[in-house]
Amino acid sequence: MSNFKEFNIDGTIYTTEVPERVANRKKWERPNPNHIKSFIPGTIVEIFVKEGQEVKEGECLMILQAMKMKNKILMPFDGIIEKIHVTEEEKVPNRMVMVELKA
Amino acid sequence: MSLKRNILDLRKRKEKVLQGGGEKAIQKQVAMGKLTARERITSIVDEDSFHEYDMFVEHEARDFGMEKKELHGDGVIIGTGTIYGQPVCLFAQDFTVAGGSLGLMHARKITKIMDHALKMRVPLIGINDSGGARIQEGVNSLAGYGEIFFRNTLASGVIPQLSVILGPCAGGAVYSPALTDFVFVVENISKMFITGPEVIKTVLGEEISMEELGGAKVHSEITGNAHFYALNELECFEQIKKLLTFIPWHNERKARSFPPKPPKAEYKIEEIVPLDPTQPYDIRNVIKSISDDSDFFEVMEGFARNIVIGFGRLNGETIGFVANQPLVLAGVLDCDSSDKAARFIRYCDAFNIPIVTLEDMPGYLPGVDQEHAGVIRHGAKILYAYSEATVPKITVIVRKAYGGGYIAMNSRHMKADFMFAWPNAEIAVMGPEGAANIIFRKEIMSAEDPEAMRKEKVAEYKKKFANPYVAAAKGYIDTVIEPEETRKMLLHSLEVSTNKVDRRPSKKHGIPPF
Repeated sequence: MSNFKEFNIDGTIYTTEVPERVANRKKWERPNPNHIKSFIPGTIVEIFVKEGQEVKEGECLMILQAMKMKNKILMPFDGIIEKIHVTEEEKVPNRMVMVELKA
Repeated sequence: MSLKRNILDLRKRKEKVLQGGGEKAIQKQVAMGKLTARERITSIVDEDSFHEYDMFVEHEARDFGMEKKELHGDGVIIGTGTIYGQPVCLFAQDFTVAGGSLGLMHARKITKIMDHALKMRVPLIGINDSGGARIQEGVNSLAGYGEIFFRNTLASGVIPQLSVILGPCAGGAVYSPALTDFVFVVENISKMFITGPEVIKTVLGEEISMEELGGAKVHSEITGNAHFYALNELECFEQIKKLLTFIPWHNERKARSFPPKPPKAEYKIEEIVPLDPTQPYDIRNVIKSISDDSDFFEVMEGFARNIVIGFGRLNGETIGFVANQPLVLAGVLDCDSSDKAARFIRYCDAFNIPIVTLEDMPGYLPGVDQEHAGVIRHGAKILYAYSEATVPKITVIVRKAYGGGYIAMNSRHMKADFMFAWPNAEIAVMGPEGAANIIFRKEIMSAEDPEAMRKEKVAEYKKKFANPYVAAAKGYIDTVIEPEETRKMLLHSLEVSTNKVDRRPSKKHGIPPF
């Protein structure tokens, strides 16, 4: 059996099989407050803002339609739209960065 | 007047129903590598023992032209038979009849045989092969599923419920198998999912095949929804029959006894476990070095392989084995392995099967993903299940037992009846390396050669704590035994536990960390 790897648990190095689900674990990343990510896969049906535009907290940036529901994507704080990574009619996966903001 | 004419008429009617969905549909079924519903039942039960009921049931659909259609038996076969001479209730959905779709009468036939199984206290075997709800029957189909789920729950822990997935089982239908004790799947034939590939493609734009989404491998290795995986239907039926030799017919019985047999000589217990606690080995060989005839019938073999569960026998009596597997992830506990073990422990407890725990584990799997996936809640299930269980519970620590894992794996503190440890056992809060780093941090940091100091301190800690005698000194371990004595001690402690009484405070039910 040659599929053994070294695996650290509490400072001790064990020789053992490491299944894919553990070997391919994604590193945790601190969420960036300036990124607006899709929270569900769906379609962007309408975009109300442009890059460079100043937007107030609570204003609607775009509509993400998913499971027949039209979800409003709202501005989380007063700021500027730095970049928009989606276009109207575009299908987006879950957790995709749709908009980058600047405070 | 003779009855002959009536008898001939009855035979003709039966003959018609036995054709199921007709020649063409049957050919299609066979082409997919599937047996027909009746063939499946007769392959599981003893020869000539099956008796079918509700053959002449007619479906209830009155719309969309359905009223003109004849659906033999409404797409499901129910009946009783015997397996190894013991009675069982069965149902099998017939995919050749309207795709095995579930309408009102189809569901009523299933609930009828379920009620029967529960009342007669015999196991229920359900063979699923259905396209899902019969859409033409509307809410009646949904009602049918609901009635089945309720009965699955009612019967849970009273009679064994086995679900055999031999075709599609999609949408709401999957929840019946999910509520039963054991789910059997077959490569290329079983397909289980809530929403299918087409919906996923429309909504999410992700393309995936049925097999990749909810095939037999997926459910035996990734989701943990299936307990037994087979390459074809006949192998699957053998697994069903083998399982039935290990479990009792209902919760007030014990499993059948078999003539005791010694383990096979090729399993030499002392040579299996390496002394170095960081080195891997297959814990299943330790089970085989202990169990009658070295027979171990593993459950959920492909899922969360860092823990091993399954049935074997000691002195001819069924035992549920729970064992950490140092071969995979050093045998750590994590979310999946906790779920796997906890459910098995509760199964054994519900059906009067003593539990033998073999322990060799380094602790819990560290990681943000584990913490965020709720390893606290999942891990707590093991503590709950062991604490709650009142069947005889025996633990053998064969090597390491560190930290929270030591407590969880049926320790004395969870009210294990007998605690044995091998002389090489290390029972401590954590492994020597980690412990030395914490306790002697200052000494190590300020030493001229920190690495040498660290090694010295690790050795010091090992000498002091990496043994079974600290725990034995407090009575947490009943006795330290030689590996060779393991089977003998297990047989003896099980004999002593035969009339175990362990009464708990009365309550409606506990609130386990589901």
